[in-house]
Amino acid sequence: MRTMSNEASVVMSATTTMPSRAKVGMASLIFMESAFFAAFLVTYLYYIGKSPDGPQPLDCLELGPVLFNSACLIASSVTVVFAVKSLARGAVGAFRLWMVVTILLGLEFLVGTGIEWRGLIEGKGLTLQSNAFGTTYYALVGFHAFHVAIGLLMLFGMLLLSLCGCINPKRDHMRVDIATWYWHFVDVVWIFVFTLVYIIGKVPQGGSL
Amino acid sequence: MTTTPAHSDPARSDPESSGGASTERLTFWEEATRWTLSVDHKKLGLMYIAAGLVFFLIGGVEAAFMRLQLMKADAGIIDPETFNQLFTMHGTTMVFLVGMPILLGFGNYLIPLMVGARDMAFPRLNAFGFWLFIFGGILLYFSYIGSQGLYGAPSAPDVGWFAYAPLTSRTFSRGNSTDYWILGILVSGFGSMTTAINFIATILCMRCPGMKLMRMPMIAWMMLVVAGLVLVAIPVLTAAQAMLLLDRSLGAHFFDPETQGSAVLWQHLFWFFGHPEVYILILPAFGFVSEILPVFSRKAIFGYSLMVAATVGIGFIALGVWAHHMFVIGMGPVLDSFFAAATFLISVPTGIKIFNWIGTMWGGRLRFATPMLFVTGFIAMFVIGGLTGIMLATVPMDWQLSDSYFVVGHFHYVLFGGTVFGIFGAIFYWFPKATGRMLDDKLGKWTFWLLFIGFTLTFMPMHVSGVLGMPRRVYTYEADRGFELWNMISTIGVPVQMAGILVFLWNVVRSLRKGEIAGNDPWDAWTLEWATTSPPPEWNFDRVPTVTSARPLWDLKNPEDPDAHYE
Amino acid sequence: MRVKPKLQLLGLVLAAIAFAATNTDSFAALQSAPLEVCDSSIPPTEGAGVTGIFSPNSATTREIRDLSYLVFAICAAIFVVVQGFLVVAIVRGVKAARAAKRDPAGSSREPVQIYGSVPIEVAWTVIPVIIVFVLGMVTIRTIRNIDLTNPPDGALEVTVIGHQWWWEYRYEADARDGITRTIITANELHVPIGRPVWLRLESADVIHSFWVPRLAGKMDLIPGHSNAMWFTAETPGLYLGQCAEYCGTQHAHMLLRVYAEDSAQFDAWRAAQSKPAVEDATVAKGRAVFTQYACMNCHTIAGTSDGMFGPNLTHLASRDTIGSGFIDLTRANLRQWIADPDTMKAGCNMPSLKLADDELDAVTDYLMTLK
Ligand code: HEA
Ligand code: HEA
Ligand code: HEC
Ligand code: CUA
Ligand SMILES: [Cu+2]
Repeated sequence: MRTMSNEASVVMSATTTMPSRAKVGMASLIFMESAFFAAFLVTYLYYIGKSPDGPQPLDCLELGPVLFNSACLIASSVTVVFAVKSLARGAVGAFRLWMVVTILLGLEFLVGTGIEWRGLIEGKGLTLQSNAFGTTYYALVGFHAFHVAIGLLMLFGMLLLSLCGCINPKRDHMRVDIATWYWHFVDVVWIFVFTLVYIIGKVPQGGSL
Repeated sequence: MTTTPAHSDPARSDPESSGGASTERLTFWEEATRWTLSVDHKKLGLMYIAAGLVFFLIGGVEAAFMRLQLMKADAGIIDPETFNQLFTMHGTTMVFLVGMPILLGFGNYLIPLMVGARDMAFPRLNAFGFWLFIFGGILLYFSYIGSQGLYGAPSAPDVGWFAYAPLTSRTFSRGNSTDYWILGILVSGFGSMTTAINFIATILCMRCPGMKLMRMPMIAWMMLVVAGLVLVAIPVLTAAQAMLLLDRSLGAHFFDPETQGSAVLWQHLFWFFGHPEVYILILPAFGFVSEILPVFSRKAIFGYSLMVAATVGIGFIALGVWAHHMFVIGMGPVLDSFFAAATFLISVPTGIKIFNWIGTMWGGRLRFATPMLFVTGFIAMFVIGGLTGIMLATVPMDWQLSDSYFVVGHFHYVLFGGTVFGIFGAIFYWFPKATGRMLDDKLGKWTFWLLFIGFTLTFMPMHVSGVLGMPRRVYTYEADRGFELWNMISTIGVPVQMAGILVFLWNVVRSLRKGEIAGNDPWDAWTLEWATTSPPPEWNFDRVPTVTSARPLWDLKNPEDPDAHYE
Repeated sequence: MRVKPKLQLLGLVLAAIAFAATNTDSFAALQSAPLEVCDSSIPPTEGAGVTGIFSPNSATTREIRDLSYLVFAICAAIFVVVQGFLVVAIVRGVKAARAAKRDPAGSSREPVQIYGSVPIEVAWTVIPVIIVFVLGMVTIRTIRNIDLTNPPDGALEVTVIGHQWWWEYRYEADARDGITRTIITANELHVPIGRPVWLRLESADVIHSFWVPRLAGKMDLIPGHSNAMWFTAETPGLYLGQCAEYCGTQHAHMLLRVYAEDSAQFDAWRAAQSKPAVEDATVAKGRAVFTQYACMNCHTIAGTSDGMFGPNLTHLASRDTIGSGFIDLTRANLRQWIADPDTMKAGCNMPSLKLADDELDAVTDYLMTLK
């Protein structure tokens, strides 16, 4: 133990060339989540056009609202970058502001999804049980929304930490940056989901790829 | 900023009472609390291994009951439902609660020591993963108590370890047993994923000075590839299980053919996980062999770079062969041919490993202590299992042999002759490091020979009964088909294996109390874990080592001819 | 400790030899064992009891067997070479260790360190690549030769439907052969020899697999996913097999029986099966019991009932077995079956209807007349 501190300094100097474990850990997590979503995306693809009866994508899915939701989500990816940049500059006030904006945009996406689902369930009678389309649609979009919620919790946690003064810009901006990777990931997944569900998936009944 | 401070945290690494070298005696409860709350990679690793061994006994007893029933035709000892539960629980237990945790446990114990780190990258996440695994195991076995659903349904899952749809749908699997099966695997899967993230971060970020990637011990490479496979494969299983859970509990239609769901989709998702999984179960054992063999041959591993390349190659090819488990579903000639070719291809990197090991032994001075016996047995048995795998990958042969006892023979040769032999070799090799005492070598040799003979008796005849047309997963068979002799021999092997395992258990119990004191480096080995005390202190190394080659201790012991010269 | 290495060495060598021996032995056994069974206990035309994959009776299975021999031979050669090198490495290594121990002064502390060798490593990469190439080629060639997906001309078409735990067979109406209605039967498949049989494979519930090793490799019956395959039986006889995909409680008792007959016999059988059920006034009481109880909801007897949940019983008495091939059809067995199927096939999907003794006798007698 006595030699510990000087040994530690040796390690510090020697490990500077190695990647940071936070980065590697987050990258691994994102890689893993991608595999998870890949399974759902492939499943969705597999079932496109295989629902002979029940509500059809062409009748159910409207582009208007979802485009707005998507725009908010993508915008939130931009605002979160501003937040991180502010923190790196040491501008804690700006950081908080941008975080609030990001969280609001993310919330809008969740609420928007909720409204859309309500329309689908009450208006079109599309549920998880309706047919293969309903099953895969709610599962894919639902799991994505679930991840958005997790991301929001992370963002919200960081906002709280910053409000109570526990975030030190100098020390922590890298960590905050790495945490926001997750938010970007959720965003990128949405681009895949959106393309698959709202563009590729809107084939006429009985059609398949 | 992300590395050392956590490890030198004096609050956690109290030098007086931890690290096993202490003299102070703790009460049972103090000791238990210490282990339960521990985030030390070594304690977690040992707990993984111990829990895995307990599950191994459970899974083995399940197998013994199956063999008892199959001893002769129409034995009538076990009723069909119970038998089906037995092989489901046996397979699930052995794969998820024995193979995975023991191998990941060794990874946990060894990686930081071998790459010269003071702990894993994320110690708390590590502990979380361990407890998830335990919880998953308990959930699975809880089905024996908790799953009596409506209709007096069977009380343990009986859907087979790969649980083909639609046998798992509510229609055909009533009660909750299948739900416990899903949840158990789901939860322990999360444990494996956190562990994999930890392995990757530790190996990539925590190596000691001088430990370049190409100087890492082989086992670190194997664990890195395993972690990569876990990251790709387990989430797909998780997704599939989530879909199945939605089907069963919320009425979704992923796998229900009556409503356009697809039974084949489940097979694709499951085997996309399932095949990489079997390499997850073998690569760490390859790692054990690659560490133990050189030490007992007194030679450097032959062809280090090619070994690394082969490992990475296996990792990639393993992701593209899953449908060789599905040659009998009518995929058509094109897909059949593609997956057969990809599967054959995997024998090239695997063969490289076998040949490099033999190359390592060649010209060495061999010492057959127990660990060496086990890894030599591993090589001999794994080759047999691999070659029967090649026969199965030959599509038309698989049309005959798939789902027959030949397959059961194949995978026990790779899983028992491979993975389990590797695990026993590793236990005998690293036990002195973890406990400070040697396991008895004489008893160890008894264990090896009993296991070897019992294993051969049990699993060799399965190839024959398979070729004679005996399907797997049958609780009984017709007397006139020529299966009886082979099944009888199989069953006779089980008590022999049991004896071997009992000798092993006795050896562990005895050696823990009065085994020979090991010293830091009982095998005169070359990797970093032997540079610290046995057992190592909680902080692993008093001085963080600096290494100059792949065999740091060789360089120390042979200053006149260090490896560093050859890099 | 000094003598140990010798012993272990001996053990390993013996084990290796034993393995080589069992390997060749088992090859021999694999070829001869089925034939022995065939020779001793079973009439030559029958061959019952034999399900080995090395006693083919169709062009496809013969092709598979030949491929298997080749692949076995390649693998055996690899096995011998690899284990041979392993044994030699062990023998030399143990000798070297002993020599070094005897003469600690003269030899250096450790053997010569060799870190690798590019030519050798290239060799043992390239040689397996070549073997793999050969394996791939012969496999692909055989897949194409067997050509399971295209029905040959003039094939007899049969639809096979897997049920939890029995088989349904439907012979479609065949104007050319003068068969005007679909024949539905269960558990015993009759096929003509020398004529291809095209099987359409479907499932009523979970996945099953059709496997009669001497006639054809296995192919799964998957609900919602139609499959097909074909074979041509060569010699008359009874060919056994069984369901080869785990399908629930009684997977073990979902046996297959294929009767291959010359075309005259087959035509006679088919003509008989296409007739309506025998009406025998002496067993009218049994018939009444059958229609009075739930039997008729699950079983079809042409002209009497049309349940589809269980096997078609129209010509039950023309079959050799009940319960999907593992219970001989005798009066006593049939009576016991109807009284309580669970005692014979635990967990099967036919309930015991708790008939009174006289009702049991009556319905059994009735069913025994359904030739
Ligand atoms: C540790 C686990 C493990 C390992 C390592 C392997 C390795 C291999 N397996 Fe196995 N396998 C299983 C575990 C494993 N398997 C399990 C559990 C199942 C059944 C699952 C279930 O249905 O329940 C299964 C089932 C299975 C099947 C499906 C059978 C069926 O259900 O129809 C197939 C088919 O291709 C197969 C093939 C192979 C091949 C080609 C290899 C190769 O990796 C082997 C490569 C090794 C060698 C070939 C030997 C050494 C090489 C040389 C000496 C070089 C020279 C050789 C040549 C050039 C050929 N395996
Ligand atoms: C690592 C994996 C692993 C291991 C080690 C084993 C080990 C064994 N397995 Fe199995 N097995 C599988 C993985 C494994 N298995 C899988 C994946 C399946 C497929 C399941 C499925 O189809 O779904 C399978 C299926 C399977 C079957 C086929 C079942 C069927 O298809 O109907 C059989 C049949 O004989 C069998 C037998 C055995 C035997 C006899 C052992 C023996 O080696 C076990 C030896 C161990 C012991 C005998 C325990 C010792 C116990 C004591 C000494 C008692 C002490 C007790 C106390 C202190 C309480 N296994
Ligand atoms: C709920 C449905 C049901 C009812 C009611 C029922 N059976 Fe069955 N029966 C089945 C099923 C399913 C099988 C196939 C069992 C198996 O082999 O696993 C079967 C099999 C049989 C067989 C054997 C057929 C063969 O070829 O293997 C006979 C004979 C038979 N039933 C007669 C009867 C009689 C007589 C009754 C009335 C007393 C009856 N069954 C009532 C469902 C039913
Ligand atoms: Cu039907 Cu197994
Ligand atoms: Cu596989």
